[in-house]
Amino acid sequence: MVTLEFYLIVAAILFSIGVYGVLARRNAVAILMSVELMLNAVNLNLVAFWRFLAPTELNGFVFAVFVFAVAAAEAAVGLALIISIYRNRQTVLAEQINMLKW
Amino acid sequence: MLTFSPVSVSFFIMALFTIGGGLGVVTTRNLVHAALFLVLSLFGIAGLYVLLEAPYLAVIQVLVYVGAISILITITVMVTRRLMGIEETYNRQWPIAAIISGLLGAGLIALVVAQFGALTPVADVPVDNIEQLGRAFVTHQGFLLPFEVASVLLLAAMIGSIVISRDV
Amino acid sequence: MSDFVIFLIDALVKSLIIVVSLLTGFAYTTVLERRVIARIQVRIGPNRAGPFGLLQPVSEGLKLFFKEDIVPNEADKVIFTLAPVITAVPALIVLAVVPLGSEVTIPFLNYTTSLGLSDINVGVLYILAVTSISVYGITLAGWASANKYAMLGGLRSAAQMISYELALGVSLLVPVSLAGSLSLGAIINAQDPVWFVFYPIVGQVAAAIFYIAILAETNRAPFDLPEAEQELTAGYHTEYSGMKFAAFFMAEYMKMIAVSAIFASLFLGGYRLFGLEDLLGGWMGPLILAGKVVASLVFMIWLRATLPRFRYDRLMSFGWKVLLPVSLVTLVLTWVVIVLELIPVAL
Repeated sequence: MVTLEFYLIVAAILFSIGVYGVLARRNAVAILMSVELMLNAVNLNLVAFWRFLAPTELNGFVFAVFVFAVAAAEAAVGLALIISIYRNRQTVLAEQINMLKW
Repeated sequence: MLTFSPVSVSFFIMALFTIGGGLGVVTTRNLVHAALFLVLSLFGIAGLYVLLEAPYLAVIQVLVYVGAISILITITVMVTRRLMGIEETYNRQWPIAAIISGLLGAGLIALVVAQFGALTPVADVPVDNIEQLGRAFVTHQGFLLPFEVASVLLLAAMIGSIVISRDV
Repeated sequence: MSDFVIFLIDALVKSLIIVVSLLTGFAYTTVLERRVIARIQVRIGPNRAGPFGLLQPVSEGLKLFFKEDIVPNEADKVIFTLAPVITAVPALIVLAVVPLGSEVTIPFLNYTTSLGLSDINVGVLYILAVTSISVYGITLAGWASANKYAMLGGLRSAAQMISYELALGVSLLVPVSLAGSLSLGAIINAQDPVWFVFYPIVGQVAAAIFYIAILAETNRAPFDLPEAEQELTAGYHTEYSGMKFAAFFMAEYMKMIAVSAIFASLFLGGYRLFGLEDLLGGWMGPLILAGKVVASLVFMIWLRATLPRFRYDRLMSFGWKVLLPVSLVTLVLTWVVIVLELIPVAL
């Protein structure tokens, strides 16, 4: 029997990996991918809690479905922004996209 | 605790895919490879959903994440070749990032083990689970309003991404 | 034996049978295609190897096996090798949710099992998910080859498959709504007296859109732009040779067989045919399904021999401006029909 903590540990590790990617990668697309990892870790948490704590109710399940919708929207807009920045400034390095800094 | 069973073996394979894919995403320099590692990780998550008795979510995971989001990322990387010619993968703050994420992971794991040690499911998943979900999305006692808001969000995202990425 | 071991053997044997029949089917679909096209073009076609040219695929396979396996210098080696595998796998696994017949009892073992690997209750979504991952193989093959023609072919295929997936998904919802279930078994059972393709207007339009969309998904003529040989030499598989090329070839034909089986299950009553499927202790079901699949394959080949290739911009505008709106209207019409109970619906 695989108990709840194992799923949560996997989710925690995946989330930390995602955090590392967001903080350490230079490429904006890679940062976006790391954000997807974090969203997935959260979703895994939601589904695991749903399965182990309240499988007869729908709340956790519905939350996961909404996370899918939000993730799809996030990826579409994020990539559109990256492409737009790439067109205008010929770069996708996060530290060079600093026009609004001063 | 953990015993040797088909479910636990599948769990470890899927967990390995998930975490290995995740590590691949943040460490690979070639972005197309990183996107493929992302796909591997997402497949691992889909497998974990199957083990959590949510096949619907597993299929949606493959459909939305693997079939739509990752293919979008892959194609974006492919059509912008200069994206991949970056010499250094990491910025200067990467040691700090490693420390922060390591501490975060350790803290989360400690918390999880302390709070939810060895918990087994309280009940079985109802058989008509997906039917209930479908009904919940279209009744106002259920999730009608969030459902509509999500569709508006998707519409806004669609229009927004078209407008932003349009060649003016 | 414990239940789990029996379950495991059951699943393994069924998977093996599905894979082997797909591979055999692939080999003989190539012969069928060449013979039928030859007939249409008033030629004879391959008839030298074996009776009626039946050993032709064996000799072709052996030939490809001995060809040199070339990997271009500039290519991304790992992805270049991985791409044919990624292309072939979806074609092999998509049939897992299609019921191939009703229950049968295996003689001597006295073991009753249903024909078909696993009729899960999200079967239709599974099909959509698997078709959506089949975009990867071709796109990655085009990218990894480091060849401009391959790249163009790969990008074309990605755009084409993603665009037609929408019409595919929406037209697929018509049988789902009519049957009130996402399981293919339930959809087949709902067509017991009347096939969905005979439902006036909604059934026919949905079936036509679905068929066009699966032609585009499998990159068959008239939608074979990813490999348009006159303009792109061979599209995404320009740089492939030997067994890797064979894998692409195999994937295309296995996809044809798989989507034909899915089409037959969604619109043509699957393994059922006026109760004939119960003959021979239930073993008639797979044969009936195979007959429907062959009919669909012959139709695809006929289309290839008849229709010229689409121009790329017309392909896109056809998919987005014609197929998608029409399929949406059909879906709404289906719901109107169901709510007003104009046709008997098994709910």
